[in-house]
Amino acid sequence: MALSHSNSERLPFLLNAASKEQLSDALLKMHQIRCFEEGAEDSYIRGLIHGTMHLSIGQEGSAVGVCMMLNDTDQITSTHRGHGHCVAKGADLKLMFAEFFGKEEGYCKGRGGSMHIADVGKGNLGANGIVGGGLPIAVGAALANKKLGNGKVVVCFFGDGASNEGAFHEALNMASVWKLPVVFVCENNGYGMSTSTARSTAVQDIADRASAYNMPGHIVDGNSISDVAEVTDTAVRRARDGQGPTLVECKTYRWRGHSKSDRNRYRTTDEIEAWKKKDPIKRFENLLCEYQLFTTAEIDAIATQGKQDVETAIEFARHGTDPDPLSVERDVYSRPIAASLTNAPAGTIA
Amino acid sequence: MNAEVQMSYAEAIRDALDIALASDERVFLMGEDIGVYGGAFQVTGDLVHKYGEERVMDTPISELGAAGVAVGAALNGMRPILEFQFSDFAALALEQIVNQAAKIRYMLGGAVSVPVVMRFPAGSGTGAAAQHSQSLEAWLAHVPGLKVIQPSTPHDVKGMLLAALEDPDPVMIFEHKLLYKMKDTVPAGHYTVPIGKAAVLREGTDVTVVASSIMTHKSLEAAEQLADNGISAEVIDLRTPRPIDQETIVGSVKKTSRLMCVYEGVKTLGIGAELSAMVAESDAFDYLDAPIVRLGGAECPIPYNPMLEKQAVPQTDDIVSAATALVHGRR
Repeated sequence: MALSHSNSERLPFLLNAASKEQLSDALLKMHQIRCFEEGAEDSYIRGLIHGTMHLSIGQEGSAVGVCMMLNDTDQITSTHRGHGHCVAKGADLKLMFAEFFGKEEGYCKGRGGSMHIADVGKGNLGANGIVGGGLPIAVGAALANKKLGNGKVVVCFFGDGASNEGAFHEALNMASVWKLPVVFVCENNGYGMSTSTARSTAVQDIADRASAYNMPGHIVDGNSISDVAEVTDTAVRRARDGQGPTLVECKTYRWRGHSKSDRNRYRTTDEIEAWKKKDPIKRFENLLCEYQLFTTAEIDAIATQGKQDVETAIEFARHGTDPDPLSVERDVYSRPIAASLTNAPAGTIA
Repeated sequence: MNAEVQMSYAEAIRDALDIALASDERVFLMGEDIGVYGGAFQVTGDLVHKYGEERVMDTPISELGAAGVAVGAALNGMRPILEFQFSDFAALALEQIVNQAAKIRYMLGGAVSVPVVMRFPAGSGTGAAAQHSQSLEAWLAHVPGLKVIQPSTPHDVKGMLLAALEDPDPVMIFEHKLLYKMKDTVPAGHYTVPIGKAAVLREGTDVTVVASSIMTHKSLEAAEQLADNGISAEVIDLRTPRPIDQETIVGSVKKTSRLMCVYEGVKTLGIGAELSAMVAESDAFDYLDAPIVRLGGAECPIPYNPMLEKQAVPQTDDIVSAATALVHGRR
């Protein structure tokens, strides 16, 4: 059975493991994620952006708790609900919002949008619109890192729904057979779109699936950033030491619907409200106050900073450059190829 | 000038893999049973003994996963070459090929490239029936971001595989299984054959026959017979379904005024449709003296019975008959 983690009777891990500066940065990132998602939602409602989006409000603990235990050069793969992972790995909010607004200044020059934001320079190999799509890619990235001997660890974020995809099982098996430096982080928010894990998944805990692939499986309270960081620390050390992969299951919840089309017919308001009482940001703030590491004023200042960062980013994005429509076929290939593959009239090759 | 050696198509691939493994540390091979077994068609052969299991990696039977692993490794600077045991199994891996490998560069605004090479043993004629005999190159050729090649000779497969390894983007190689034992003179050492360039294998004046993969050989045989009957066929080896060499094909049709497309994949909605439309849209249209003819695979899965299996794909006699009718105006 998977190992369950609870730290109620000793000093929370993070308060030992992280400096005040690191704790402050973690809290700022959690606020930036929350405000990013709220800003994205607000921009959508005001008609400033189109398409859809998958908001991670309520899941900030797992994104930040995991990424704060990585080096800058370590890598992640992310999901369709990936804004939080991107912020947590150190992305520039301005470039993220510019991408959201479809601008040339965005991380993907407006070609990717919400579901494909990547920041390769910071080790974020990209969000992914395909459930489970990032799992084999993370394994391949880890295989390359092992071959290159560069010491980098790859964290693969995915959801409970992805654990029912074939790609999950193939990826975990290969990572274990080849003892690759990868950590599989399942953010179990209880639902694959509308279908609950109880109705879709044969095991109660996704972490139990680790035993099928001969790797450790950990269950952790995803809304406790300290617990997430502690388990991640163990898994990352194991990966870096060449002992192979770990499966970490973060139990969490998304406050918002799956996407903009969600009419919330599959869960109750009571359930949502109960999870809001377990707000990972509030819990972290309470922890920092309880142990008298931060004053209320300091915490308020961090929250305000997060809000301002997002406002600045939205302003930057609104004034961004729209792509030239004629550039639509740019960057399909790395080098220009035969004119026969463009819309140039046939028979006019120079 | 490289010395020349006789080798089979399979040996030419192995030679290219050997050269790549020896000269570039980033290159490694992945696939099912490519290690001590030597590959289902003995393409990798003994390479595992020379380079070890780290660089000639047997994978589990996990086509989707292996394709994704190749993509991830390529993103991190490696040059993986993934062998599928049969091209039919691409169906198990389409998610990673179509949604990931082909699109990651574009989705990320050009920030990365995915230099992965995937090899697909393809085609009928081995008695392996419906799930081990398909010609699916048109599927992948439909996807922007991929390059798709069908080398038809030992010379071309070695040179195009080495070209694929120098290409920063994903290259899909369809290798007809009946070609593996075909022998040819191949230059020793490193050389490349460009991706995206068709080859005029035989010059002619009456009809342009654009053929792909094994059909180029059947078309050359047919051209011999046609010549005996006074018909001069120009045979072009397509080599690359994506990107198509429009210049060579359109130029040839303007010379011969007739076009016939010969390919093993299912006739409709395939490579012949693209070639026909490309010519019809071009200024070669005004030169056409007759409707364009497509000879492709039958509208059915590849059957087991050897007579039916032959019936399901164009044969040399079919090409002779169709070209004769085309040139003489009988349809």
